[in-house]
Amino acid sequence: MTLTNKPPTARSTLSQRGSSALGDRVFSWWTLGTGLLVLAILGLILITTVREAWPAFDAMGLRFLTERTWDPNPAAGDAIFGALSFAFGTAISSLIALLFAVPVSVGIALFLTELAPRRLRGPAVTVIDLLAAVPSVVFGLWGILVVAPAMVPVYQWLHDVFGGIPVLGSIFGPVSSGRNFMTAGLILAIMVTPIITSITREVFSTVPRADKDAALALGATRWEMIRGAVFPHSFGGVVGAVMLGLGRAMGETIAVALVIGGATNITANLFAPGNSMAAVIVQQFGESTGTFTAALIGLGVVLFAMTVLINVLAQTVVRRAEARMKGSVA
Amino acid sequence: MSVTAPPATRPATGGPDLTRAALSGRRRFTNHLATAAIWGAVLLAVIPLALVAYTVIGKGAGVMSLSFLTEDIPNSYRREGGGMAPAIIGTLVITGAAALMAIPLGVFGAIYLNEYGKQKPLARVIRLMADVMTGVPSIVMGLFVYISWVLLVGQQTGFAGALALACLMLPVVIRSSEEMLRLVPEELRQASMALGARKWKTTLTVVLPAAISGITSGSLLAVARAAGETAPIIIVTGIVFTPNWNLFDGSNTALPAQIFRNASTSFPAAQDRAWGAALTLIVIVLSFTVIARFISSRFAIKER
Repeated sequence: MTLTNKPPTARSTLSQRGSSALGDRVFSWWTLGTGLLVLAILGLILITTVREAWPAFDAMGLRFLTERTWDPNPAAGDAIFGALSFAFGTAISSLIALLFAVPVSVGIALFLTELAPRRLRGPAVTVIDLLAAVPSVVFGLWGILVVAPAMVPVYQWLHDVFGGIPVLGSIFGPVSSGRNFMTAGLILAIMVTPIITSITREVFSTVPRADKDAALALGATRWEMIRGAVFPHSFGGVVGAVMLGLGRAMGETIAVALVIGGATNITANLFAPGNSMAAVIVQQFGESTGTFTAALIGLGVVLFAMTVLINVLAQTVVRRAEARMKGSVA
Repeated sequence: MSVTAPPATRPATGGPDLTRAALSGRRRFTNHLATAAIWGAVLLAVIPLALVAYTVIGKGAGVMSLSFLTEDIPNSYRREGGGMAPAIIGTLVITGAAALMAIPLGVFGAIYLNEYGKQKPLARVIRLMADVMTGVPSIVMGLFVYISWVLLVGQQTGFAGALALACLMLPVVIRSSEEMLRLVPEELRQASMALGARKWKTTLTVVLPAAISGITSGSLLAVARAAGETAPIIIVTGIVFTPNWNLFDGSNTALPAQIFRNASTSFPAAQDRAWGAALTLIVIVLSFTVIARFISSRFAIKER
């Protein structure tokens, strides 16, 4: 009886009805809203950029992707915007980057998970963290003022050695300056190494102890254990890591803009100057107007679509690999 | 399976020779080769880092002085001297504003993912898309802000740069904060609920404080990354040669943009300023990173 006779205010201090239940609802809606912000931003990027790029898509049609000429201010006739040369530059510099970065990253990841003495593990992780912390523009500055001039003799030597051989001769062609596809690829390789290393390392560390011990107990050397137990287990995750690295390399703008040379060019010669999609945007955006601006934004749309596609695929692959790992550990 | 028998006697007793010497030469060689290759890979990562650090410190220190940090940027690349004060101010103000926008929003997003969404389909989509958004090139983010903000207000401003950097930081903050919230023991939430606290109160006064050190260090790392972004700054903030503290009126500049512009020229004076700006930027970025590492190692929730 006494309980029910209590004034309602006393009860409300305990359960805090009314306003507080409202608070719960408001709070959960608010956090949901911030979560949805991610989807909203991605959607808005797609809508606004496609709309703004439409004049260029409209004028060029599919030729925007298949035409290799990029001539915003022709002496006569209409401007031509063909992204093929830049797509080629993006692809070739990213592939060079992966060619160098993947073996190195896998090596470092193996070092960290299988080989490193305990007291070297910390410093090695710090090196990777520091590589990831250096802003890309600093790598670009270093690339254009130090690496590009320093690499000219190396490129020249490669050209002299391989220049006469049929296929290699066209890949290691004449050297005009240190700013070319190869230098861009090398700088990109340094920049994607930390990201590939960190994911590969996580994947390697989920390989069950029992598998590795079993391989060693059967008399495998350390390398045979890595080949027989670690690699098969983590193949999917490594593929995902490489794809994430590819996405990063394709979207990298500033370092590439500084060292790739700035020429509209499709050639097998890695020592020739070229350009990439992201680099063209940042180099030419300031002086563009009208359809020219639309065409540059169009390059951004293509870049956005490609990186989102690659990232969705990569994330799916990594997630699936991780889920399988967890299953096998249990 | 006699444990006491010395290994040397084993072949004599008919068992297999398990000593290292019994490995065939080819297998031993391959193993050594692989080990050497792995050490080589580590060295290959150290070399560029050492070279970059050596050149930036060497060339940057030659330019560095109090006047470099406090003077205006010369409006001609050719001119000697001058400083980077407007760019330093721009970097701090723009990155600070971006952090003020992205960190609270990101933390609330993480609260949704870890406290409300959990494994619901919508939460999984948001999680995937946040990861995808981390991979969106910064130049695309710059174009997006240019179209949806700069064209709207009609001028390039520091705030536009802050918006672009905030978009780049947001997914990083969400994902790192979510990881930290996940480490908070479930018992804390249950205890708070049992005392009669509402879920929002539990989240804000119990869960969030428990994870705050991890969230801070993750957010600082995101800020450090954003401070080095160049492409969006070049596209949406324009350029100034004198300090501009006003984010909402007039163009602005930042250290990365100055490094890019000065590095593209062939004038030694401009290249010197680029090296000085690079050293300044690295010091700023590294101090954020070091503070973040310190916080996470000193105050981290121990994984059980």
